[in-house]
Amino acid sequence: MNRAPHAQEKETLLEVRDLSIAFASGRSLLMAVDRVGLHVATGETLALLGESGCGKSATALALLRLLPAAGRIVGGQVSFAGRDLLALPETEMRGVRGGGMAMIFQEPATSLNPVLTIGHQVAEVLVRHLGLAGSEARARAFELLTAVGIADAARRLDEYPFQLSGGMKQRVMIAVALAANPRLLIADEPTTALDVTMQAQILELLRRLQVERAMGMLLITHDLGVVAQLATRVGVMYAGEIVEEAPRDSFFSSPRHPYTQKLFAALPDLARRGGRLETIPGQVPPLSGMPAGCRFAARCAHAWQHCREEAPDWRLVGPAHRVRCHLVDGLAAQIGGAASPVASAPAGSSPPAPSVLSVTDLCVHFPIRRGVLQRTVGHVRAVDGVSLELARGQTLALVGESGCGKTTVGKAVLQLLPVAGGSVRLLGEELGACSRAALRQLRRRMQMIFQDPFASLNPRLAVGEIIGEGMRALGTTVDRRHEAAAIAAVLQQVGLDPAAAERYPHEFSGGQRQRIAIARALAVQPDLVICDEPTSALDVSVQAQILNLLASLQVELGLAYLFITHNFAVVDHLADLVAVMYLGRIVEQGTVDEVLRSPQHPYTWALLSAVPSLRLEEQPEFVRLPGEIPSPANPPAGCHFHPRCRQAMVTCGARYPQKTALSGTHSVSCHLYP
Amino acid sequence: MAPVVLWSDALIWLLVAAALAFAWGSRRNPLLRAAWQRVGRSRTGMASATVLLFYVCVGLLDSLHFRPRLESGETQIAASSERKPAVYAVQVLSLLDAVLSPLRTRSEKTYSEPLATRAHAKEAIELRDASGRVRQIRDYPRLQYGGAHLGADETRRDADIGERLLRALAIALLVWWALAAATATALARIEACSHVEAWRRIWCNETGFACNAVLAVIAALLLVGIALGQLAVDYHVFGTDKVGQDVLYQVLKSVRTALVIGLVTTLVMLPLAVFLGVVAGYFRGWVDDLIQYLYTTLSSIPGVLLIAAAVLMMQVVIDTHPQWFATAAERADLRLLALCFILGVTSWTGLCRLLRGETLKLRELEYIQAAQAFAVSDLRILARHILPNLMHIVIIALVMDFSSLVLAEAVLSYVGIGVDPTMISFGTMINNARLELAREPAVWWSLAAAFVFMFTLVLAANLLADAVRDAFDPRLAGAA
Repeated sequence: MNRAPHAQEKETLLEVRDLSIAFASGRSLLMAVDRVGLHVATGETLALLGESGCGKSATALALLRLLPAAGRIVGGQVSFAGRDLLALPETEMRGVRGGGMAMIFQEPATSLNPVLTIGHQVAEVLVRHLGLAGSEARARAFELLTAVGIADAARRLDEYPFQLSGGMKQRVMIAVALAANPRLLIADEPTTALDVTMQAQILELLRRLQVERAMGMLLITHDLGVVAQLATRVGVMYAGEIVEEAPRDSFFSSPRHPYTQKLFAALPDLARRGGRLETIPGQVPPLSGMPAGCRFAARCAHAWQHCREEAPDWRLVGPAHRVRCHLVDGLAAQIGGAASPVASAPAGSSPPAPSVLSVTDLCVHFPIRRGVLQRTVGHVRAVDGVSLELARGQTLALVGESGCGKTTVGKAVLQLLPVAGGSVRLLGEELGACSRAALRQLRRRMQMIFQDPFASLNPRLAVGEIIGEGMRALGTTVDRRHEAAAIAAVLQQVGLDPAAAERYPHEFSGGQRQRIAIARALAVQPDLVICDEPTSALDVSVQAQILNLLASLQVELGLAYLFITHNFAVVDHLADLVAVMYLGRIVEQGTVDEVLRSPQHPYTWALLSAVPSLRLEEQPEFVRLPGEIPSPANPPAGCHFHPRCRQAMVTCGARYPQKTALSGTHSVSCHLYP
Repeated sequence: MAPVVLWSDALIWLLVAAALAFAWGSRRNPLLRAAWQRVGRSRTGMASATVLLFYVCVGLLDSLHFRPRLESGETQIAASSERKPAVYAVQVLSLLDAVLSPLRTRSEKTYSEPLATRAHAKEAIELRDASGRVRQIRDYPRLQYGGAHLGADETRRDADIGERLLRALAIALLVWWALAAATATALARIEACSHVEAWRRIWCNETGFACNAVLAVIAALLLVGIALGQLAVDYHVFGTDKVGQDVLYQVLKSVRTALVIGLVTTLVMLPLAVFLGVVAGYFRGWVDDLIQYLYTTLSSIPGVLLIAAAVLMMQVVIDTHPQWFATAAERADLRLLALCFILGVTSWTGLCRLLRGETLKLRELEYIQAAQAFAVSDLRILARHILPNLMHIVIIALVMDFSSLVLAEAVLSYVGIGVDPTMISFGTMINNARLELAREPAVWWSLAAAFVFMFTLVLAANLLADAVRDAFDPRLAGAA
């Protein structure tokens, strides 16, 4: 954290002036980035923050002159270490890419070539930029892999990408980017595809490397938590413009642009628990229809006539803190004080409601088949003895890293997957023992909302048909006229225009699609809704809209939610109960306050410490989890977590711990609590 | 005359009806309509569609068959016995034959070069000189029909051809101008703009439909077509073959065979491939194993061998049951259909594999799981969720397979296991030309004519396939 000494002697590395980027569409050019100016000094991290479609990635690609074929740089200057990049010939530009500035991409799984060894891919850069070859290159590659924290680097050099986990691949990508000692590192959403524990490790690694090498870093992200962890300065992008630029501390303590303030307010947080989140109405304007005045005016609560007529210019509002807004002077920082009143009563005070869902010892095993005759040689124990209890009007959050079996639990409850053992009771009826016909009747009592709103709606059907399908299949409506009225009603319930029934999914944005998916589930009037990461594919402001919608529907209809997620802020905001899963089993279970405020299991503790906090001083010490999540086909003996646990004892390796009740609602499976 | 409906005629008209129904259905579905509009904007696509349409028209004309009524030799007998039932010829003719009857009937003795007035090879000719003595000389004999109108003045041939070409050019220009003007007027009315503006929009490609490409192709087709028509009246434009038949006539007759092979085969193949592929991909398990086993086995047998065996067996059956067929045309037609069927049954594996893979991907998508959570029945999921999302692959495969099947027919006929020898097809023409090329001087025209016509057909089909794929592939079509 000792960046202060650098601040005095820093030299400007990258200077971008009035950079404009347009995309060719037919005969017209659509401006994607409009006169963006930024600068990065050595040892400094500038974070570009914004929602999807704001031109962040286009800006980064333009700096490297790697825009896709339709993209054009239509104006501006980019000078890097004194050289004008836009005027360089392509041959010299190749030396700058990788040698001068390097880029880390979002998706580690697709950024590495699957048919080349790790060592080969690192050496490729060394050969090109440093002229190293043979054993020299190999030795250097070994050093690099060690530097990015890959254990047993000598062996990894000869391995292929498929043998590494996601976090390791991202480490390799960082090693490749660092190979030619770049002076500027561009990181485009470097941790978005990773789990929280991996994200924390990668952020820590980036921070360490930057200090060691005094690199400049341009960080592109939509995650305020990542910004708080890594940035020294922050630039907020909206609709192709930078609207606010500030040093980190003043950015987090007093954001000045209404858009930035809304972004903060839209984050689910403990302070607004149970209440409604601030949302930003509307969406980012399309490239073809940019408003003439301030681009945010249409969505801004404080906009006045002047905003719609004239685009605001930069105003300095503090040391190195500037903002593009007309009403800077009249607007006080509102962050923190804007919490809406708490709407629902605290969960504890209500009388215990009847149980909607009761799961006991649920097991889902996938057979592993080998050989010519496809004989079953073993089982992947994706879910291995999970017990849950969920009452009417309650929300149970199921959290854990990817691959721990959360989604499998959801699908097994819905009987979309064969259940190997245990029982699932919905409203007192045993689902496993049901006949097909009886199960059909129970299907309307439980529905699911999926993660990706782009994959969960059939693109070939109109919205009305999508929503009506469930009603027709389950026979909840009789005639067509009645059905049309029911569809219109449910569309209104989720905040869409009933006319949407005639249109097709591709005409809607991500948030609207998720509303349609919710409407489809609600159309059959279920009692239980399983939400499988319903907001993880959405932007922060849209996420807030969907969370608000889910909360108000729960109050109105008394729905029970089984909420599957890895986002602890959402859990904190929405859930009553939390169950933490690790490798197919629940390791800790209790109310939100019990689990998130006083976590008992070492795994819960590690998970919580990895969540990036907006306030650095509040960040608990990061409990680093060594190694990777093991394969559920071959779980470790004894407690599944013990190989990664700092407090492991002899007994941990010997047998799986019993469930220990710490209070009426809080239980944990760990040998530390006998 | 008595109309004759061959099996392949029925199938062809059924296909036309199905295509019209599909087009009508597409108009109502906004997604399909948008995709077809993208095809309409593609200039190569529409240009090749125009060429294909010409071929299809020729093929359709050739698919209306009838048996002509035989004129009784003595009119007085016919007058006295009016109640006697009409007698029809054994020969089955099509509408195209009727249109082209000059070409069909004017057969020479043997080979003649394109536009020739004399035969290709020297012959002994008996001449009676002034004294009445018969003298034998060896010379190229005069053709019976080719250039017959010139009489003795054969040197006027070049001037005559030039004159006819000029006339053709003039007529073509006139007709094309009328067509273009009509298009511009229609556009001006639809878009409510001035005539000049509509004209400019057509040529600057600013309309929603690639009018300029279509008009350009129509201009080329008119030029070639009218010139051919002008010349074909009195010459053999592409020469004559071994038995003196006009090559232009043969080439035009081949078009139908090619279309039937291309279209009917896909008709046989499609239901098999779609049904088995989708079922294998969706249900997995033993159904998948069974279907995979089936197509793996089928595709490991060499294709030509399998087709040869089936065709030979079919031939034996046909030859041993002559009583099944009233005319030779019916026999040839059944053989053609059987070939289509055999080709279809042996070539569904590729598309089936493709569809199975795509279904495997689709069935894991969340909207399928959502439908399962609603207890929607499996067949309904297949019909409403999986099939519409596979349609783009099916359409692309359909158009692309067409050209490969036309080529396959040529290859099979060359090997001798293709269509009936009496049926004219590109394959039989090429097969016959095999020996002609070895002659000295070579007889090249029949091969060249077959090549040019087949090449144009397959090229147009391939270009249209590209345009259709670009328009229907969701990855290329942009925002889905």
